[in-house]
Amino acid sequence: MRAYQSWGRYPRTQHTRVLPVFWRSEPPALGGITESVLPFACGRSYGDSCLNDGGALLDVTGLRRFIAFDESQALLRCEAGVTLADVLSLMAPRGWFVPVLPGTQWVSVGGAIANDIHGKNHHRAGTFGTHVTCLELMRSTGERVLCSPERNADLFRATIGGLGLTGLILWADIRLKRVPGPAIAMERVRFACLEEFLDLSSSDQAYEYTVAWVDCLARGRRLGRGLFLRGDHASRSLTSSEAHDARLKVPIDLPSGFINRTTLALFNACYYRSQLRTKLRKTVHYQQFFFPLDGIGEWNRLYGRRGFFQYQCVVPDDLGRTIAALLSQVARSSETPALAVLKRFGTIQSPGLLSFPRPGITLAIDFANRGPATLGFLEQLDRLVVDAGGAVYPAKDARMSGASFRRYFPAWEAFASHVDPKFSSSFWRRVTAA
Amino acid sequence: MRVLIVGATSAIAGETAKAYARDGGRLFLTGRDAARLASVRDDLLVRGAAQVETAELDVARIPSHRPVIDSAIAALGGLDVALIAHGTLPDQALCQQEVSETLDAIQINFTATVALLTLLANYFEAERSGCIAVITSVAGDRGRQSNYVYGAAKGGVDRFLQGMRNRLFRSGVAVLTIKPGFVDTPMTAGMKKSLLFASARRVGFGIHRAIERRRSVVYIPWFWRPIMAVIKCLPEDIFKRLQL
Repeated sequence: MRAYQSWGRYPRTQHTRVLPVFWRSEPPALGGITESVLPFACGRSYGDSCLNDGGALLDVTGLRRFIAFDESQALLRCEAGVTLADVLSLMAPRGWFVPVLPGTQWVSVGGAIANDIHGKNHHRAGTFGTHVTCLELMRSTGERVLCSPERNADLFRATIGGLGLTGLILWADIRLKRVPGPAIAMERVRFACLEEFLDLSSSDQAYEYTVAWVDCLARGRRLGRGLFLRGDHASRSLTSSEAHDARLKVPIDLPSGFINRTTLALFNACYYRSQLRTKLRKTVHYQQFFFPLDGIGEWNRLYGRRGFFQYQCVVPDDLGRTIAALLSQVARSSETPALAVLKRFGTIQSPGLLSFPRPGITLAIDFANRGPATLGFLEQLDRLVVDAGGAVYPAKDARMSGASFRRYFPAWEAFASHVDPKFSSSFWRRVTAA
Repeated sequence: MRVLIVGATSAIAGETAKAYARDGGRLFLTGRDAARLASVRDDLLVRGAAQVETAELDVARIPSHRPVIDSAIAALGGLDVALIAHGTLPDQALCQQEVSETLDAIQINFTATVALLTLLANYFEAERSGCIAVITSVAGDRGRQSNYVYGAAKGGVDRFLQGMRNRLFRSGVAVLTIKPGFVDTPMTAGMKKSLLFASARRVGFGIHRAIERRRSVVYIPWFWRPIMAVIKCLPEDIFKRLQL
């Protein structure tokens, strides 16, 4: 049996059993199951939203078939366990592209819907759910419900971003987009402080894709320095060396102290100065542009056996005040903030009741798990986010309090009425506990 | 490429079918369940197959073989490749208790395969080209107490194919024996996965490559060849004492 754990490898859970689903014509009968169930595919959620401690998992990786592609409508119908990598490898050579891509292609379509994921083009395209036109949901009663923005619209809005709790998504229709080829014309701009980031990101609309890497250990005048990445699809063809994608793999769990403030400071300083000029322009394969970390298999093992947390929040744009406060807390702490990413979200309304993206600036930082100290520190960050009227992303979370969750997602009660009585997750029980 | 796949809803055959679909191939799929066949057909059509036809076939019902093969030949206008991929993994302990269980396993994994091969060999011999590929198993290389009913059926097919390969060589027909090791499929869903397990995708694409290269016997993944070479070498007087 495969290991059923989340990407952050925290918390460790025990599932009573795993029910594999191979055929959408033969969904599992859930009536006779006493414990709760939760769909599981790629395990790329970071925390406990894809785990169901003491319950069962429905492994949907066997639901990995395409169903139809209607070229005139650009509509791809596929089963929920199809990965975005599957879609890209089939459709990109034909000039079709996934409308919203996260930082890894190893996520399932079902997972992309259940977390209403976002990508570097959020400012133009909104979330993944925005491009889902229809889906079939199986409830634990065995009833199969077609949901779309027009049909069973309430259940549709609950299922988009619904963390897998409204039932088992069997298949979905996704509207793809036309692209001229696999090339991305990209530009990387070095910025010396947070104000420069805010300036750069206010020109987002001129580019299809934008995101920034931040040096979380920089303080004072350098607070919020980093590299701003922006790009557009390009029609130029790539040479074979440009199309080459490196494949490394982390073979073992590294010692938990491998990533520490010293190694990080060294890495950040080198990476920040990795380009001599302020602006670097080049054309790359979309794999390199979107999924640099996919080139390193199982990179989560770099954090050792204790795993790590990713803290991703969004806060309203208050001229960068809250982001600056968060970054300076992080820089002054004794935690080890590894990878950090900043992006300005656009104003397109997310379709799901529990969707995370909303207008403002999102910050995501990986922290090695150092036990209670790290948990306490992240709780401090939550206070800043709550006060600013922001939110923390459930797909990345393993620790936020129920009180914070209910502040971040005021629609949670409306959502709860759509949760299937047989479906639950470690995350859901945690944040709804009194 | 015109390809007949018997047992096309198996995970391994499904992956091989994808490789043919990617190249714009034309496929005729058989399986026991119409809804499953339809799922596989739709997937292959999206993946680029030029034509996909399906027919329900329970291989244990041997008289139904000929009409299905005939309709495959008619639908595709002839065959270039036939892949026999059906199979069941019987419960060895149950087989030891129930004669009928053993005979059912032999019927599906040996008798039905031999019946299909007899018809296909004559077709391809007359065409004087093409390839017949059959999925057997490393379990057929040596009988072991843990699964010798399955092993005997697969080993029997193995021997049958040796002779057929010898016969059809003169006609320019390739006969391929495919010996996968442990594969992560619905058939082995209940087994604990070790490093020896390969993905269905790896095995399925390996089969496609072996057919293209007109190989005779392939182990997939390759490391099973030396492993089985050692296991086959052990003297029976030693082997019978082992817990395998």
